[in-house]
Amino acid sequence: MIAQPQSRSLWRIYALEAKYEFLKQMRLPAYVVPSLAFPLVFYLMFGVALPHGHGGPFDIATYLLATYGAFGVMNVSLFGFGVGVATERGQGWMLFKRASPMPPFAYFAAKLATILLFSLIMTSGLFLLGATAGGVRLPFGTWLSLLGTLTLGTVPFAAFGLAVAYWAGPNSAVAVLNIISLPSAFGSGMWIPIQMLPPVIKKIALFLPPYHYSQLALRALGLDRGERPELHIGFLAAFTALSLLLAWIGYRRDEGKTFG
Amino acid sequence: MTSTPSMDDDRPVAELRRAVKRYGAVTALAGIDFAVRPGEVVALLGPNGAGKTTAVQLLLGLVRASAGEARLFDGDPRGAAARVRTGAMLQVSKVPETLKVREHVDLVSSYYPRPLPRREVMAAAGLEEIGDRLFGKLSGGQRQRVLFALALCGDPDLLFLDEPTVGLDVEARRAFWTVIGEKARQGRSVLLTTHYLEEADALADRIVMIGRGQVIAEGTPAEIKARVAGRKVRCRTALPLAEVAALPGVRDARREGELTELFAAEAERAVFELLRRDPELSALEVRGADLEEAFLTLTRSETAQEVAA
Repeated sequence: MIAQPQSRSLWRIYALEAKYEFLKQMRLPAYVVPSLAFPLVFYLMFGVALPHGHGGPFDIATYLLATYGAFGVMNVSLFGFGVGVATERGQGWMLFKRASPMPPFAYFAAKLATILLFSLIMTSGLFLLGATAGGVRLPFGTWLSLLGTLTLGTVPFAAFGLAVAYWAGPNSAVAVLNIISLPSAFGSGMWIPIQMLPPVIKKIALFLPPYHYSQLALRALGLDRGERPELHIGFLAAFTALSLLLAWIGYRRDEGKTFG
Repeated sequence: MTSTPSMDDDRPVAELRRAVKRYGAVTALAGIDFAVRPGEVVALLGPNGAGKTTAVQLLLGLVRASAGEARLFDGDPRGAAARVRTGAMLQVSKVPETLKVREHVDLVSSYYPRPLPRREVMAAAGLEEIGDRLFGKLSGGQRQRVLFALALCGDPDLLFLDEPTVGLDVEARRAFWTVIGEKARQGRSVLLTTHYLEEADALADRIVMIGRGQVIAEGTPAEIKARVAGRKVRCRTALPLAEVAALPGVRDARREGELTELFAAEAERAVFELLRRDPELSALEVRGADLEEAFLTLTRSETAQEVAA
């Protein structure tokens, strides 16, 4: 009566893991409100309600669609991975999962699928606001390429969130992520266009991952600063690789140590 | 399922071989050997900090041994083949709170090739009434029962239960023992850790007592009880310590200030002998020794033997 691991359905495990990860997050106001509501409210306040002349170099409602979208996806990913993994690791739940026959990758795949879905929901809401209240008119292909660029941003920030989860404690992960994400979002021109920021910040921005990410999103609208996309992509790829390496070292370190 | 184990499959389902685990300067396990055979319920009994949880974590492949080896179903504990035959109830402080009880059970069941029907799991763990409740809304005892359900739901051949009844009331503890007993009758193997002698006695075929990361004693519950059960006798006496220690039935003796303290399997005989040899004896006190004290005496005598050897 020896059970064959093959006789369970891997597809079903991945699907259920993702389904319940999504439900789990959806029932967590501390995650849903900041990740879905904040970008939309900010966009309404600064992109739509605030009066601004249309004679400027670009339409602010269109511009902020890209940068608030990038800000939103970044938050969904950082907090979805960072706080989720840090908490479950700190409370011993990760230990249970590791002792169970769950394929280890299913855990991370479920979290990735969940932040992708949250990103899509948030971005759709933002696009809807932009097209209605913001009066943004773009060719269909441009909407799609902005959506695609924004969605790809889940990968580097999920990786960084994972690294933070393995190196910050369960109680400090939220604080650490806020301390990192808020100033770097500002310094990268996610809230106020980079052109309006002081020169020193413009220089620092070149070293901030959110800057390269928002420039790629703006590029989909033709509103970037004209730097070569390879620069942004290369920077984000290196950032992702470094984050994953740190997360991997942390994961291995857990095996020699106990928590909870 | 109803296996009458032949000689071939009497190989241990779980085994630690001279396993050592160090955390920095702390040695949690100092070279430990024990095995769980098919269909056997083994209790790892010991006080807090004895190394019970570390032993379980080694066998589950959650931590790596500093030396020695952990084997599960004759293979690497981290292999999928071993894990689908294993269910574990660990000391987890929190389970994700925004999932319902039945959702947790469904998800963990999906990891196994032949899970139990959900209804059966919920009934065994006493969760029928609260299947639709979020984990975060449960009481401590209910949470403990959910963790038990998650260990059971895959219908594993080997169950690991790490301090399963801590925080449960007497009634819940009995109900839990009944389910474990059923599993054992179905031929499942169980390794449980506990610091209650009563629990080990009620459930186990064999008890492995550990203290300070080492096996102190091993045997059937009856054998262990005979070694552990006893009384603590205190008195003021002029008799030399060596003489007191050599009295019949006395397992351990020591000076505690002006008083002599001894640990006796049969307190009546020891007291009788004491009074016979020292009529001046005073301040006599006899009381039951708890497990912690029994452990201390056993550990001390072990250490003494080692020093003597």
